[in-house]
Amino acid sequence: MKTLKLLKYFAPYKWFLILMLILTYGQTTATLALPDYMARIINQGIVGQDSNVIFSNGLIMLLIALFGGACMVGVGYLASKVATGFAMRLRDEIFTKVESFSLLEFNTFSTASLITRCTNDIQQIQTVLGMLLRLALMAPFMGVGAIIKAYQLAPSMAWIMAIAIGTLILIIATLFITAIPKFTQLQKLVDRLNLVTREILTGLRVIRAFNTESYEEAKFKNANQDLTDVNLFVNRLMVIMQPAMMLILNLTSIAVVWVGAQQINMGSLQIGDMLAFMQYAMQAIFAFLMISIIFIMVPRASVSAERVAEVLDTEATIKDPKRPIKAPLNKGLVEFKDVTFGYAGAEEPVLHHLNFTAVPGETTAFVGSTGSGKSTLVNLIPRFYDVTDGTILVDEVNVRDMRQEDLRARIGYVSQKAVLFSGNVEDNIKYGDPKATRDEVSHAAEIAQASDFIGQLEDGLESPISQGGANVSGGQKQRLAIARALAKKPEIYIFDDSFSSLDFKTDANLRKALEKETKGKTVLIVAQRISTIIQAEKIVVLEAGSIVGQGTHSELLRTCAVYREIASSQLSEAELARALSETDDQAYQGGQLSTGEAL
Amino acid sequence: MSTARPNSAPIAPQNPRPAMGMGMGRGPMMGGPAEKPKNFKGTMRTLVKYLRPFRLSITAVLIFAIASTMFAIVSPKILGNVTNKIVSGYVDGKVYDQVVSKLPRGMQLPPGMTGAKLLKLMPPSDIQRIPAKELETIKSLDLSKRPTIDFGGIGGLAMLLVGLYLLSALFSYLQGWIMSGVSQKVTFNLRRDISLKISLLPLRYFDNRTHGEVLSRVTNDVDTVSQTLNQSLSQIVTSVTTIIGILIIMLTISWQMTVVALLVLPVSIVLIKLIVGRSQGYFVQQQVSLGKINGHVEEMLSGHTVMKAFNGEQRSVAAFRSINTELYGSAWRSQFLSGLMMPIMQFVGNLGYVAVAVLGGWLAVNGKINIGDIQAFIQYMNQFTQPIAQTANIANVLQSTAAAAERVFEFLAEEEEVAEAAQPVALGKARGGVEFENVVFGYSPEKTIIKGLNASIRPGQRVAIVGPTGAGKTTIVNLLMRFYDVSEGSIRVDGVDIRDMRRSDLRRLFGMVLQDTWLFNGTIEDNIAYGKSKATHKEVVKAAEAAHADHFIHALPGGYKMELNEEADNVSQGEKQLITIARAMLADTPMLILDEATSSVDTRTETLIQSAMERLMKGRTSFVIAHRLSTIRNADLILVMQDGNIVEQGTHDQLLGQNGFYASLYNSQFAEPLVAGVA
Repeated sequence: MKTLKLLKYFAPYKWFLILMLILTYGQTTATLALPDYMARIINQGIVGQDSNVIFSNGLIMLLIALFGGACMVGVGYLASKVATGFAMRLRDEIFTKVESFSLLEFNTFSTASLITRCTNDIQQIQTVLGMLLRLALMAPFMGVGAIIKAYQLAPSMAWIMAIAIGTLILIIATLFITAIPKFTQLQKLVDRLNLVTREILTGLRVIRAFNTESYEEAKFKNANQDLTDVNLFVNRLMVIMQPAMMLILNLTSIAVVWVGAQQINMGSLQIGDMLAFMQYAMQAIFAFLMISIIFIMVPRASVSAERVAEVLDTEATIKDPKRPIKAPLNKGLVEFKDVTFGYAGAEEPVLHHLNFTAVPGETTAFVGSTGSGKSTLVNLIPRFYDVTDGTILVDEVNVRDMRQEDLRARIGYVSQKAVLFSGNVEDNIKYGDPKATRDEVSHAAEIAQASDFIGQLEDGLESPISQGGANVSGGQKQRLAIARALAKKPEIYIFDDSFSSLDFKTDANLRKALEKETKGKTVLIVAQRISTIIQAEKIVVLEAGSIVGQGTHSELLRTCAVYREIASSQLSEAELARALSETDDQAYQGGQLSTGEAL
Repeated sequence: MSTARPNSAPIAPQNPRPAMGMGMGRGPMMGGPAEKPKNFKGTMRTLVKYLRPFRLSITAVLIFAIASTMFAIVSPKILGNVTNKIVSGYVDGKVYDQVVSKLPRGMQLPPGMTGAKLLKLMPPSDIQRIPAKELETIKSLDLSKRPTIDFGGIGGLAMLLVGLYLLSALFSYLQGWIMSGVSQKVTFNLRRDISLKISLLPLRYFDNRTHGEVLSRVTNDVDTVSQTLNQSLSQIVTSVTTIIGILIIMLTISWQMTVVALLVLPVSIVLIKLIVGRSQGYFVQQQVSLGKINGHVEEMLSGHTVMKAFNGEQRSVAAFRSINTELYGSAWRSQFLSGLMMPIMQFVGNLGYVAVAVLGGWLAVNGKINIGDIQAFIQYMNQFTQPIAQTANIANVLQSTAAAAERVFEFLAEEEEVAEAAQPVALGKARGGVEFENVVFGYSPEKTIIKGLNASIRPGQRVAIVGPTGAGKTTIVNLLMRFYDVSEGSIRVDGVDIRDMRRSDLRRLFGMVLQDTWLFNGTIEDNIAYGKSKATHKEVVKAAEAAHADHFIHALPGGYKMELNEEADNVSQGEKQLITIARAMLADTPMLILDEATSSVDTRTETLIQSAMERLMKGRTSFVIAHRLSTIRNADLILVMQDGNIVEQGTHDQLLGQNGFYASLYNSQFAEPLVAGVA
């Protein structure tokens, strides 16, 4: 029923719709008038042997046809404007809405589903609406008009029409009641075949390695066979439709002629009127055919409308405060005070009572195993999510009291999965600061270790980046994403596991360059590799959403068991390196030192 | 007239496309430009080859289609005759009434009195006043009783018509029934052939293409072909039969009316050409804008966090609005123009209708034709337009079908993997010694990336392949498994050139655990048993235990019987890796290919994976794409790769001693942070 709410988007087209109604009325009247004149030509012209009647009525018919045609063109014009205009407004509305959503809404709907709703669903609505506006208005006019006309001509034959229309509706209903569940099944089987094929394609190497080609072929064959069977059933069912329709039409005309002949004989009906009746019967049948098709089509299209309405009905959970506060300081101090966060509807919070401070001029790093909540934690700072409990302060102001734009303007965020937008390399770096000069862009690229590969591209900074950055490698994407954040020159940097696609050498160079660039700024780093964060001023260790240790690397090695476990699993290399430098009997840290010197 | 003037009849379910639901697929958006095939004739010839096994059915389809059409075509003429009978009976009655009314009051006409006899009795002056045509009617009248409509005759004709209509419907249905069978079977065969072909193509083919490309062969292209077969084939026959048949019958009724009716055609063709030309331009524009807007939506929504983080919301919405407005401009125009077809066709049809009504009326008044003929004629005219529109469109349909079929056939004609050796050598029980002798290889002939690799690996040794991301570490895997063949030199397993073995025999010697854990939609047990088709449950459990997977599998709902979903994301990345290790464990091969990379795996699982891999490698010749220093250091041979080349090889100590690429890689990776850590 949410679909009905979409009706309000028709408001700007009120007059268009009224005009369409009038034109449709004109069009159907014209179409329905033609058989009348035809009857006159027969009754008075042919039977009455008067050529003048024939010509004068012919002329009138011509004018009527012209009028009807003009009305129809008008309806077509209005219908296309209304349908596409409605779709445009709706598309605009839903996209603006989705853009205002926080990650919470993205999680509930899923990104893929939101994309479909903004694109395919709207397109579907537009197509169906275009068709409906032309047909849905006309069919009832036509059906009712034809019945009235026919009834006026020969009430005694109305039962023929009733039977014909009844049979028609019965056949269509039966066919579709049988077929519609099969349509759903068909869609599932198509998906299944796609799935099997995709699996075969992605697993090609494994399949060949295990010599299981024939197994996969058999699997494909089953999916293929199932799809073919259902398809065959549905096709053979739907093939009934056309012959059945033709049969109804033809039998109706025979019935009209047979019954009409008797009436003519009794003198209660004129020949021309009988023929006109026949035509009205056909028009009525077609109108009802259309109406039943509309009844089948609308529910299917309304699925799309429902999905769109659902999005429009959803309010973004994160909104700007009514009276936003502008933080007086501009340093980049980040404080977590007893922060707890859980996803809506989840039983357990993801983060429990977090307390820490990230100070300007220092690097604060977050480590912990997968699922410990590191990424979620940093996502709270730019308010991608709102805390469930506690407060996050940036420059001593609660982030919820600031405008989102002001808050985010202070933050340079580099996500886990590097995302680029289509355009060129420079556009992407400038996304951080649209006013950045060419020099600033180059400088950012330099620091992000991206200038080498940019230099190798044919058009340098102007080289095109395709949608989603598909034409650059993962490591290059990550470096450009870092350059983008640098170009913004923010007070707070957030690197959410942003160095994972870089090889170790680039990683090391980058960190060295970053150190200078981020001097005096607050840097927050989420990392998997201990080596990346080993030099951080503060390391926050997370385990199952709680902070289990804070301190420097050496402090934590001594005090925090979880950290020691993580470090030893990764730094087993270090022990080996120590072994290499033959300082086995030295203390652990000393060993590392000498390893470094030895190399 | 007894004719349906089906205003907006084009929507009538002529050709239901069940897969898309009633007409929702193409909708009113007709007029999109058709895709053109490169080689129409050749493609059609191949397609005909696919149809050959069904020639009997197709012949039956053709016969039924022609028969059904012919029955449908003769019916209006017969119905016209019925009307004629009614009209003549009615006119006779009227004339009789007139004659009787003019007789002196009370006079009775004796039996056997005819119009001719009566006229003889009348004074000539009276006779002259009667119009000539009426006179003729009177002459043939039997005046002994009031003439009525010939119900016996009409009844006979009506029964004949009912029979013809029933037969026509029956044949039409049979035709459709058989054709659905044929087209579905051909579709099935096409898909089957594609799936078989996938196994025969070299990996080179797939590495150069996206999966989507191959996927769309199986789905979209095959569907297009199938739909054409289902509809167009019988449509062509029906349309052509209809056009010819109707033309003949129309000519027998009245050549003058036929000329008028045909005059209408060029008018509609010119109008349609004009509109289609225009609407295609807008249609293309619309598709372009649609592509742009979908691209923008996809991009912005997938990069939502980044967009938010950089305050890009307004920028994004502004860009969206401008594309949206652009889209609206072309969308309404293309919808309007393509929607114009219907009213114009209908108006032209109405023109013809009026012309025929007027001309027919005039001819009838002059006694050239009968009312029933006009009625039949108008019915024929209506039936005439649709097949002509269809025939005009058939060229387009055939073209886009040929384009789709061509892509399918091109795929089926792709060059297959090099044939197996004529007399393949089978290693009974391999020990696992591998030699690379002078191996030269490049993915393309212009770019050689491995230039003369020589290495000898004894059974049970461990080879580490190292290098930065994107250095081409999988190349070695590709060569060992013969996913690709070496360009020069040879790779030998236990002294046998791998090209002399059957591919399947060679691959049976290797177990493979890649970073990209390929699992399929099925139970966990099925996935583990994948490496050994007749494995018992016990063996599966044993393998899982050895791979440290048994424990977590037991904790899952359903245990070994748990279904992995389509994305296989109902188990974690690390668990997936353990399952693939179990799979390799069960396959129990003398040689192994491993990828150590474990991204997004938590520390504890990583430890498990490490130990499972270690256990798996024991006693097996292993090629490891190495990420861990311990693996690298303990390797018997390290192959160092950079930009696709093997730039260095040797043991850890040897390579450090060389102080080359490996040394710099090693230093940057492991040394620096350790210094900093203490600093």
